[in-house]
Amino acid sequence: MTAPAGYPEGPALQASIGARHRWGAISRTVFLAATCIGILSLVALLYNVLDRTYGLVAYEFKTDPATISERPLEELNKAELVAVLQAHISKGAFNKLENDKPFANRSREEVFELIMERVVQIKVIETWTLTDSLLRQAEIEQQVKDEHPDAILQTRAWVTTDFITTPMSSKAEFAGVRTAILGSLWLIAITIGLALPIGVGAAIYLQEYATANWINRLIETNINNLAGVPSIVYGMLGLALFVRALEPLTSGAAFGVTDSNGRTILSAALTMSLLILPLIIINAQEAIKAVPDSLRQASYGLGATKWQTIWNHVLPNALPGILTGSILAISRTIGETAPLVVIGASTFITVDPDGPFSKFTALPIQIYQWTSRPQSEFRNIAAAAIVVLLVMLLALNAAAILLRNRFSRRLY
Amino acid sequence: MATTRELSPTTVVKDSVGAFRAVDLKKKIRFGEAIIQGFLFFCGALSIFTTLGIVVVLGSQALRFFQRPEVSLTDFLFTTTWQPAIGKIGIWGLATSTLITSIIAMLVSLPLGLAAAIYLSEYATPRVRGLLKPTLEVLAGVPTVVYGYFALTFMTVILRAIFGAENVQIYNMASAGIVMGIMILPLISSMSEDALSAVPRSLREASYALGATKLETAVRVVVPAALSGVAAAFIIGVSRAIGETMIVAIAAGSGPNFTFNPFQAAETMTGHIVRISGGDLAYDTIDYDSLFAVALSLFVITLGLNLFSQRIVARFREKYE
Repeated sequence: MTAPAGYPEGPALQASIGARHRWGAISRTVFLAATCIGILSLVALLYNVLDRTYGLVAYEFKTDPATISERPLEELNKAELVAVLQAHISKGAFNKLENDKPFANRSREEVFELIMERVVQIKVIETWTLTDSLLRQAEIEQQVKDEHPDAILQTRAWVTTDFITTPMSSKAEFAGVRTAILGSLWLIAITIGLALPIGVGAAIYLQEYATANWINRLIETNINNLAGVPSIVYGMLGLALFVRALEPLTSGAAFGVTDSNGRTILSAALTMSLLILPLIIINAQEAIKAVPDSLRQASYGLGATKWQTIWNHVLPNALPGILTGSILAISRTIGETAPLVVIGASTFITVDPDGPFSKFTALPIQIYQWTSRPQSEFRNIAAAAIVVLLVMLLALNAAAILLRNRFSRRLY
Repeated sequence: MATTRELSPTTVVKDSVGAFRAVDLKKKIRFGEAIIQGFLFFCGALSIFTTLGIVVVLGSQALRFFQRPEVSLTDFLFTTTWQPAIGKIGIWGLATSTLITSIIAMLVSLPLGLAAAIYLSEYATPRVRGLLKPTLEVLAGVPTVVYGYFALTFMTVILRAIFGAENVQIYNMASAGIVMGIMILPLISSMSEDALSAVPRSLREASYALGATKLETAVRVVVPAALSGVAAAFIIGVSRAIGETMIVAIAAGSGPNFTFNPFQAAETMTGHIVRISGGDLAYDTIDYDSLFAVALSLFVITLGLNLFSQRIVARFREKYE
């Protein structure tokens, strides 16, 4: 048998096969490289964040903290700190602070921070990343000595327990994410409380009750499309609908809360619920679909009604899938920023949110705000807040995997 | 002619005292069940109200914007300066930036995503695949605000080091676009991989039997057979890029700027909405109303793209039995 005309034969054939295989090997490497670029980006992203959470900081003091009290400030109790503060600022300024918030109500940490802010007047000049701090330490020390002879160079960790437990501050070195974390937690609790029952209900309807008529097809297509709507569009819907049109309800005015406008946790949670509903419905549908029909038939065979079958047999077996889906939805809620900005989550909140009608801030909002500041110390606390956010997400996803492994029984 | 009478179906059972009794088997109406079904239907229908809400709310606010005397639809669609406060409302002042960042994002994510999908579906051993795929999917779970931080503090720095700080502004579209591409990459790769894996083995084996190499099989047989899925992934990716907000809000710059230079700062449609609404925006001003016109445009574009992608999958899917 001879090859068709135009095809190589003999040595030319061997050469062409060799070339084709070489080309194949090259392409294989290229494909692998593309996959690795994705993974390398992830590594670069994490490195870039972690690099800024620890490193050298150059401070400057107006008053040396060692000179304002006999014992180091860290050892003093609250009453002594108040005395130190009183001794170093004018009477008018002290009375003004007392009027803003009586010292009896301030915690020791707050007073300490006030001393740092008003008496010591600590100021961050510059911060360096961990890599710079390790590799160019001598150079940095020299530079600080030349440019700011009075400055103190210190290594500082930006993610600390203080960072997690102190509220907002306008100064990066005292700022914390306590109010932001609490805001995020309130938001998640209300959002899931609203979206989970409705989402699972919709999934049950579509999977167990719906016949193939036009309205059910419309609902199904519509849910798939809603999943693709940009989150900022939900934000605009929330702004017009929940913040403005339903203001009496979402501000709590209808329930006797007076000091708030529509930009509350409740408005944000309602908007977020709409945003994650498609996600919950689609996941719950998959979970319900995976429950084998034999279970339903066995239940019907024993005379159970439709709802008894769903409640006692379908739902318990679909639960792991539904929970996994909800955890994905929670992850989405934690990380989503744009709708919250549009709805008007405030950024400077120093009081813990205490209910659905309070003003609030959330972790991603804080990250966005701090990233937008030009000073390098705000980049550091933004990185620290990102670490907190990523750890929360990691914990959630670990929980999702555990749940899935714990509850996934084989049904057939 | 015999007349028939509607009879309810009955059967005879033996009751507890041993007597035989007829039992009515006709479907009983149970009110509890009906109420539950009604509630569940309401849950499902809520999604339709959401869509209606978006259309009505955004539409009515946008309509108010276009009814203002200083605003005309032709200006909106065909001019290039966006400054609603002084009556200049050319959407292209914002849309070019959206367009450029999206194009850059797709230039990054499509080749990388498709290549990764080919590697994972055609080359990788199950063990390698089990390791690489979840790692790649972690990228999809990173919040976009973190990507924004990455773009500004990492990608911009690199771009400025490569192309020179005098050519690349601190806020620029290129950096935002590239990072957006990285964000979309897992979406493209996992959707494409699903499509590639769905191509039946017999096609590959037929290709091998004809003497094709692995690469030739992958590129000339498997990818064309899965083209509808890859195209759908591409379109969903574009829709995602257009709607993406935080990366461009942080890294692409603030302030509308009609430019095609990717190294310059220019605000996208989404970035504009975030910046303007982030401040304390007074209701019923032209700025406030104009945001809804921008948001409605975004909704229409992304909805159109999503519907288009579903069409492509349904229409061009190759069916193998």
